[in-house]
Amino acid sequence: MSKQYETVIGLEVHVELATKTKIFCGCSTAFGAAPNTQTCPVCTGMPGSLPVLNRQVLEYAIAVGLATNCDITRYAKFDRKNYFYPDNPQNYQISQLYLPICRNGGVEIETKEGGRKTVGIHEIHMEEDAGKLLHDAWEDCSLVDYNRSGVPLIEIVSEPDMRSAEEVIAYLEKLRLLIQYLGASDCKLQEGSMRADVNLSVREAGAEQFGTRTEMKNLNSFKAISRAIAGETERQIDLIESGEKVVQETRRWDDVKGESYVMRSKEDAQDYRYFPDPDLVPVVVSDEMLQKIRAAQPEFRNEKMRRYREEFGLPDYDIEIITESRHMADLFEAATAICGQPKKVSNWLMGETLRLMKEKETDAQDLCFSPEHLAKLIRLTDEKVITGAVAKEVFEVMFTENIDPEQYAEEKGLKTVNDEGALQKTVAEVIAANPQSVEDYRNGKEKAIGFLVGQTMKAMKGKADPAAVNRILKEACRK
Amino acid sequence: MRMTEMTAVELSAAIRAGQVTAVEAVEEMLAGIEERDALYNCYVTVDREGALAQAQAVQAQIEAGELTGPLAGVPVAVKDNLCTKGLRTTCASRMLENFVPTYTAEAVVNLRKAGAVILGKTNMDEFAMGSTTETSAYGVTRNPWNREHVPGGSSGGSAAAVAAGECICALGSDTGGSIRQPAAYCGMVGMKPTYGTVSRYGLIAYGSSLDQIGPLTKDVRDCAAVLEAIASHDVKDSTSLQRQDTDFMAALTEDVQGMRIGIPNDYLGEGLDEDVRAAVLKAAEELAGRGAVVERFDLSLVEYAIPAYYTIAAAEASSNLERFDGIKYGHRTTDDAGLHSMYRKSRSEGFGEEVKRRIMLGSFVLSSGYYDAYYLKALRVKALIKKAFDEAFAKYDVILGPVAPTTAPRLGESLADPLKMYLGDIYTIAVNLAGLPAISLPCGKDRKGLPIGLQLIGDCFQEKKLIRAAYTYEKNRGPFGTAGDAEHGTAADERTQADAGSFRASGEGQISQCGMLRHGGKSGKPESEQSTEGTDRTGGIPS
Repeated sequence: MSKQYETVIGLEVHVELATKTKIFCGCSTAFGAAPNTQTCPVCTGMPGSLPVLNRQVLEYAIAVGLATNCDITRYAKFDRKNYFYPDNPQNYQISQLYLPICRNGGVEIETKEGGRKTVGIHEIHMEEDAGKLLHDAWEDCSLVDYNRSGVPLIEIVSEPDMRSAEEVIAYLEKLRLLIQYLGASDCKLQEGSMRADVNLSVREAGAEQFGTRTEMKNLNSFKAISRAIAGETERQIDLIESGEKVVQETRRWDDVKGESYVMRSKEDAQDYRYFPDPDLVPVVVSDEMLQKIRAAQPEFRNEKMRRYREEFGLPDYDIEIITESRHMADLFEAATAICGQPKKVSNWLMGETLRLMKEKETDAQDLCFSPEHLAKLIRLTDEKVITGAVAKEVFEVMFTENIDPEQYAEEKGLKTVNDEGALQKTVAEVIAANPQSVEDYRNGKEKAIGFLVGQTMKAMKGKADPAAVNRILKEACRK
Repeated sequence: MRMTEMTAVELSAAIRAGQVTAVEAVEEMLAGIEERDALYNCYVTVDREGALAQAQAVQAQIEAGELTGPLAGVPVAVKDNLCTKGLRTTCASRMLENFVPTYTAEAVVNLRKAGAVILGKTNMDEFAMGSTTETSAYGVTRNPWNREHVPGGSSGGSAAAVAAGECICALGSDTGGSIRQPAAYCGMVGMKPTYGTVSRYGLIAYGSSLDQIGPLTKDVRDCAAVLEAIASHDVKDSTSLQRQDTDFMAALTEDVQGMRIGIPNDYLGEGLDEDVRAAVLKAAEELAGRGAVVERFDLSLVEYAIPAYYTIAAAEASSNLERFDGIKYGHRTTDDAGLHSMYRKSRSEGFGEEVKRRIMLGSFVLSSGYYDAYYLKALRVKALIKKAFDEAFAKYDVILGPVAPTTAPRLGESLADPLKMYLGDIYTIAVNLAGLPAISLPCGKDRKGLPIGLQLIGDCFQEKKLIRAAYTYEKNRGPFGTAGDAEHGTAADERTQADAGSFRASGEGQISQCGMLRHGGKSGKPESEQSTEGTDRTGGIPS
């Protein structure tokens, strides 16, 4: 490849909002219910049914718009996007084309080189999700589940401002954090509550005109996005280098094969016949409403990081990790408020919590243990009611079941044995069983005492205070 | 007086006074339907058992003192585009032949709360698209004043049922005149309220921004009573209004002293039948005689209302009717080779000619490249029409004119020339575009003895002025007579017209088909024979 190329990327990001009910009816949005149990005449497109906008959807969309520096459209409308497909019960999707709720925003990301750049946001619009089609190969039929039909979405459309996969990931991470901090969505790519379509073109370095772009769908993880960007960049450069033309089309990424294939070309692009939905009244955003949403914006990550440094004096590494999720930051703050020991709380989060999250593939926002229980665990350890080893064991149960550590230690008999007599008895048994080690220690081998402490702790099932064991052992050996 | 001749208010009073029971009233109506509906075909579905059960429950509530309103115990009919839980709702389309809703339209819920008993579902133009009730897949409805004439449409079944004494009053829906025009053709009172006054929840949409549900009744008092019962703010309909002034019966006073009434010159121009013109102007004179200040003025833009209406209504309809795809409910072809073929065939088989025409028109005006030229332009015209009315209402309390250029056309005449049929909506359509209330009431008969309708149009929220003016006129006019009185004249008129050779060859074909219908008869439930006939007539299944 003799020429230098530049990749130009814009994203369309769909985010499922965390409302309790659907965008235009009162049905639950809860995930995983039996098919078609969360439906009503409205979200199944029954004749005569009418949509009514869920106010929370509007508030979330405005909050995301404010967090991404958008202008809020004070007189917005919903439009119908007409197309026939069985997962779309009305055969039109209620969306926004002409007057979307947010426009002209942008977020700042850090570039690979350590600099900063702004990725522009063209618009954010509200729309309804479609149902789910299930193809039953065995029965040779297709079934439709309308539980997801009418679940609220926002679509965040960026400007073509990104130039690499790293920038794309940084932008997505930034959006994810902002939206999670707002509580507007859990933004999980794997579960589809955040979906990104990549619009990509290449051009010779220094060229002013954009190249012909393609749109890539079915990207379910950051890794898939990176691979798809690399793959598509290469494909387009190969086409140009071999004198062919890039065709404007929608492609589907197959992450297993590491390649994409055409879904539809521009020629088969449908005419969606958009027009304002006459069943919905225009959305008028009052000063008062805007003011209320603005006032309710949370402390975002950057501000939080600054405060943690000043208020708690935590190392930057800890702050980075804790603030990566609003839920973990909330946990940290609440537990610290109870026990007053930020570093100890941080240690639990950085150590055992991260280890178990990795082991059990748990997302930070799904951590279920309460800050009260974490604070209590720290107190129990401080007061030597349980040993460090036992605390870890208890924490593991807390991690999965959010048990009360004190009650659990009590019930399972895990509290440290401070009964001097019982300890003396066990030590005597250990000394009797390991004469060689005792001899070694007496001969000045300090290390041997470690082995004996370990044996005693083992016999006590970890419930002894290691310091006390050490003291009693040394005394006993000297006898 | 026979119960079938009573108004709703009279009948309810008799029931509440214990002179008759709600069950007896329903039985009388059902007997009337049994006896006469074969002649007129007003109903698509009659809910005999349901109505009797409702009547028993209502009677018990009346006796317990729980129902005291003017509609308690009154048997009513409901247009078949209003959803009724557990009762088939077809929109007079083959597409919804087997559709049984799981919910009831809010307006019907309100009517039932007031103690009305639902007898059944009335015939209409398919999906309310038409002005004659001839596009129904369940056969044409005939005008009780003269069976060779249409009852008007699209709420023709409702208007004819009231006129034929097959119900006391009825609900219709009005998108471009679909309540007012059949009311005029059948000698009844019909009202289209201000947009947003009656909830559209459960009304199977035609043109969502224009559709309103309203009453079809024997007199103005019943009209006010029914409107008062069905008007409500409904959180299920975003376009529903919160109004405090829905005590419409309070406006039933004979007083038009000083009321400023304007007659648009545009409503008296070319194409207006002489008999209609004379009757309408005479009505205006009568109102002037009661103290109203009547004058003529130029409304302007009237000629643009029809193209704007057919653009907007068709655009909305093309989208509203997309949900009828054979997937979830309604007609699905038996010959389904793949998804797209299934869509195409189900819709081709399920929809009639007029519906297809409007879906195509609507899809065209919304399509990329034409949206600005047609749809947006139509919306601008709509805004200008509203402005023209605003200016008129700065000068007048009420605008007076005819409902339609002619009285009821003969069967078959209209469908032969759809453009002419569309032009027949010229006086009613602008009201829907501007969201205004308007009432239609009988003001005379033409030389054939067919009723002529007077239209009174008010500014938004001014239903009470309309009711006051209409009530005053009605009292002054005196009894209008019933279709029953005119039935004897039917045959003679039919011969005269036929001998004069005044209908076209295409019209002749229609007439003969209607003749078949007469023999086919009808007993409450539509027969497969009839529905086949209906679809054949409307063009049905293209190969």
